[in-house]
Amino acid sequence: MSTIEQRVQNFLSILRHCQRLGMSVERADERGLTLKLPYSDAIIGNPVTGVVHGGAITTLMDTCCGISTVCFLPEFEICPTLDLRIDYMHPATPGKAIYGFAECYRLTSTVIFTRGVAYHDSPDEPIAHVVGTFMRMGKPGRNGMLATIDGGAA
Amino acid sequence: MTDMADIEKLVSQGHESGNYLPLIEAIPYASLIGLRVRREGDSVLFHLPISPDNIGNPVLPAIHGGVIAGFMEQAAMLHLMIFMNSSSFPKIIDFSIDYLRAGLSRETYASCQVWRQGRRVGNVAITAWQTDPNEPIATARAHFKLD
Repeated sequence: MSTIEQRVQNFLSILRHCQRLGMSVERADERGLTLKLPYSDAIIGNPVTGVVHGGAITTLMDTCCGISTVCFLPEFEICPTLDLRIDYMHPATPGKAIYGFAECYRLTSTVIFTRGVAYHDSPDEPIAHVVGTFMRMGKPGRNGMLATIDGGAA
Repeated sequence: MTDMADIEKLVSQGHESGNYLPLIEAIPYASLIGLRVRREGDSVLFHLPISPDNIGNPVLPAIHGGVIAGFMEQAAMLHLMIFMNSSSFPKIIDFSIDYLRAGLSRETYASCQVWRQGRRVGNVAITAWQTDPNEPIATARAHFKLD
């Protein structure tokens, strides 16, 4: 497993709500991050149609954009979300897993601009487009839980 | 699967009793995050009780930003259903959220303001706070397609 993939795995594994939703890392490299959100009855937003709630897709994409910073920064940094916008191209198909892809397209000393898509079969047929801006807060404290994300022993 | 007629019934029962819990329980995602609705005179207050399953950052600990967004989107959707007697679920077109403060593991509240309700599209602004309504943790804006 590559260093980026290991850091991404470490990061995702400490986010309890993401574990609750069953999210997993599909692919992580210097080009960006892909996460998987499996379909489940628990995340249905429309009980008439079985369509997944936008909130679960927002969670997938907030997580994906946020953790994609790991693919582009030399060391792990804490990057809280400043803002996030999601545009829905069409509703998700009930029963199918949703994938999220995100990349950072501009890094400054204070903020990181990210963008991505949510999709079923191909990123070329997106369910939603996303842009998100994250704050750079620097490296975490040396002995905290987040310090282990880079693989360093606590 | 639930029938739309059942949902309409739950909405109108909520109007009569002021208790929207049966409607929320019919929406799996709303139940998952633990959303609650309280009637306050002519308006409604949305409540997200503390839940360990909603945590993102374990260090603070803080509610996952996606849960805050999902809570606010669901609040806006319910607000439209409650106040316009919708015959179907409003469908999300776009959603934009600004995070203003860390959403700590505390009781979280949200209120909605419908700025425009056309025949086809509704625009809703949502504000979420924890201890002080004047110090929101997030503001959001959503467009919904109305049928």
